[in-house]
Amino acid sequence: MSVIYLLISISLIIALLFLYAFFKAVKNGQFDDDYTPSVRVLFDDSVTDSKTETSPTVVSPKTIQND
Amino acid sequence: MNAPCYHCGTLVSPQNTLQFDKRAFCCVGCKTIYQFFTDNHLSDYYRFDANPGAKPSDASIKYAFLKDQAIVSSLLEFQNEETSIITLHIPHIHCSSCIWILEHLHKISPAILRSQVNFLKKTVRIVFQPKLSLFELVQIISNIGYEPRISLEHVDAKEKPVDRNLLYRIGVAFFSFGNIMLLSFPEYFEVGEFWLEQYKSFFRWLMLGLSLPAFLYAAFPYYESAFYAIRSKRLNMDIPIALGIVAMFVRSIVDMYLDHGAGFFDSMCGLIFFMLLGKLFQQKTYEFLSFERDYKSYFPIAVTRVNDDGGEAVVAVYDINPNDIILIRNEELIPVDGILLSATAKLDYSFVTGEQKPVYKQSGDKLYAGGKFYGATVKLRVSQRISNSYLTQLWANEAFTKNKRAAYSTITDRISRYFTPALLGLAAISFIFWSFTSLQMAFQVLTAVLIVACPCALALTAPFTLGNVLRILGSQKLYLKNAAVIEQLAAVNTLVFDKTGTLTTTSSSALSWKGSFTEDELVAIKSAVYASNHPLSRLISNELLGLKAEDLSDFKEFPGKGIEAKHGNTNMRLGSATWIGAAVDTTTHATAVHIEIDGIYKGSITFSTLYRKHLPELFHKLANDYQIVVLSGDNSSEKATLASILPASVSYHFNQKPEQKLNFIKKLQDEGKTVLMMGDGLNDAGALMQSNVGLALAEDVNVFSPACDGIIDATVFEKLQAYLKYSKNAMRIIYGSFTISVLYNIVGLSFALSGTLSPLVAAIIMPLSTVTIISFVTIMSNVFARFKSK
Repeated sequence: MSVIYLLISISLIIALLFLYAFFKAVKNGQFDDDYTPSVRVLFDDSVTDSKTETSPTVVSPKTIQND
Repeated sequence: MNAPCYHCGTLVSPQNTLQFDKRAFCCVGCKTIYQFFTDNHLSDYYRFDANPGAKPSDASIKYAFLKDQAIVSSLLEFQNEETSIITLHIPHIHCSSCIWILEHLHKISPAILRSQVNFLKKTVRIVFQPKLSLFELVQIISNIGYEPRISLEHVDAKEKPVDRNLLYRIGVAFFSFGNIMLLSFPEYFEVGEFWLEQYKSFFRWLMLGLSLPAFLYAAFPYYESAFYAIRSKRLNMDIPIALGIVAMFVRSIVDMYLDHGAGFFDSMCGLIFFMLLGKLFQQKTYEFLSFERDYKSYFPIAVTRVNDDGGEAVVAVYDINPNDIILIRNEELIPVDGILLSATAKLDYSFVTGEQKPVYKQSGDKLYAGGKFYGATVKLRVSQRISNSYLTQLWANEAFTKNKRAAYSTITDRISRYFTPALLGLAAISFIFWSFTSLQMAFQVLTAVLIVACPCALALTAPFTLGNVLRILGSQKLYLKNAAVIEQLAAVNTLVFDKTGTLTTTSSSALSWKGSFTEDELVAIKSAVYASNHPLSRLISNELLGLKAEDLSDFKEFPGKGIEAKHGNTNMRLGSATWIGAAVDTTTHATAVHIEIDGIYKGSITFSTLYRKHLPELFHKLANDYQIVVLSGDNSSEKATLASILPASVSYHFNQKPEQKLNFIKKLQDEGKTVLMMGDGLNDAGALMQSNVGLALAEDVNVFSPACDGIIDATVFEKLQAYLKYSKNAMRIIYGSFTISVLYNIVGLSFALSGTLSPLVAAIIMPLSTVTIISFVTIMSNVFARFKSK
């Protein structure tokens, strides 16, 4: 039955890993903003467009202004 | 039918609509952004939310100070040769489209590396290459309608370290709680199996070890608070809590040693976890609102200084010294006291005094900081540094330095004043009583009393009720700074209102026309005002909504005076009485626009202030329970009007300077009144700070509001009475649930006093009472929130 020492230490190590992951997440600021990521995850990775050309035209701020 | 602009959603009549790409736009600006987005493969912007945009604004002059390297580096968060990082506050952020476009800024300029939006704070953090200057960056985002707000408060604003301690503590408490609970199961069910008996002591040692982080780290705030309370000879709720936790820990170790049982490690960790959770729940904050604003949020970062050699330079306002000469442009705020060097200037001090009528100053007059300037650029000789100016000195008043929170005790503190001594007395008596029987028994009963009476449910009541009420009020557009404000709101017995901007609305006003105009003339007027950006022009333009604005053959705007326009063959001049040369009506103080067509004076349009909807009804309802005072910086010209619509018990005080307002509130408080102040401008800042509850009324909660305890959206002004009543009901809920938790305590104590408290009973009573309390307060606070449906 001394296998219980092994099992309990494994389970404790796993629990500690989760605690560590939680600490890391808090430290990274994952709990600071609990709204924006929920929206961001729904965005498509690639930008779809009705027009078919592929290379995006690069513009300086001036181009918009002078219109 | 008026259709919404595809970009910004402004309703426009079909005549004024700009058609492009089969979509309707309200102005060239919106059309340009749309075109820009479609050309750059960013038209997805319109897919997430309908009409998400804002009209673009011209940033070139407004943000000219961003060309100054010193100012730029004080705004940047990080800077080296390859990257710069800045966090910009953008009030317009309001929907998923906003997040999307602001996180795709790299598609607009390759120099922008990445950008991340924090929706709740309404900020965007942009990482960009320094080859793109901050000025250009701000121009890019202003051009697409996301104008950032950069004011003096952002200079050297050190990123406040976020306090995440509570989250760490909750994590630790939950870790201990969960693991100990699992290890306790054999003890709960008293499984008598042989092998479990064998490992019992191993399990118990493990529980002791696991409980240590919760006992030492997670529960630390309670020991700290109890220690400070005892040192300052006060009794608070944290004393019995800390005692309960320590009693549980000591008793568990003794039980373990004497082999009585597994002790109370599980209940102890659960209790700590639940109480910390309550703290978290109460901590609801509205991050996009700032309750701590002072004049710095309003003041510009930099002004243009005229150097000795006649050249101009942009300097930070903190670097302006007496005798410097500075330039103030149209619609800029005067940041320092000074003497006017140019001939005349028109100033709007509404932001400081509440008085809406513009003030005219002559050359040589002294100008005080805080006035908004209208007209062609003027020169000013500085007489005081920014920190010594008349306006900023208001912040030197003690009302701004003392801690409001320390001045009163919370409801939990008041109850614990009775609860704590009663509990300690009971524990002492039971200890003495049982010590006649056996000392060991006496120790057990003493710890049992302390454990069971540990006011976990009691301590959770107020945080959960107030946290919930705070959220409900927030969803109803009354944003409170913290939960403690609700208690103060319930105690209020005197209401003080500012007049201008608070009782009156600034978004619309009643226009009255004098003189007669033909249809053609009205079209000409509409065309002229449509071309102008002045607020009065916009109001007139809105009034003439049905008419189509036509092209003008000539248009000139004279800042601070009026406009001159030519429509077809009609020559028009619209503007102030002195400029037009009309006889000034001195009997009223109302603002008026005078109209001259082809050299003939035709009449005027008068703007009279409009009181908020349902104002009389609200005041009649409030007058039954509260003393009401109207405190205005304005002159008394509106007194008769107000007196005729408001209840007779309302008292009025006019011509009050910011400092006088503050002192007036103070006087009321000295008479023993609990005062709620409601205001909107910087002129109320002192009064808002001094009052027990300072509510700032805002037409747009994202824009300015002075330092306050709460911000109320102007659209829900009429519900004020319902909110006040609700805060009182919240207090009743708290008293009700206090009663329930005391009942639980009595049940628990009867076990404890008879010496029969087992760990299992403790493990049941503790969560059960917590769950009851939380469900009770949640249900009750939602039941009382019936004003929601109205």
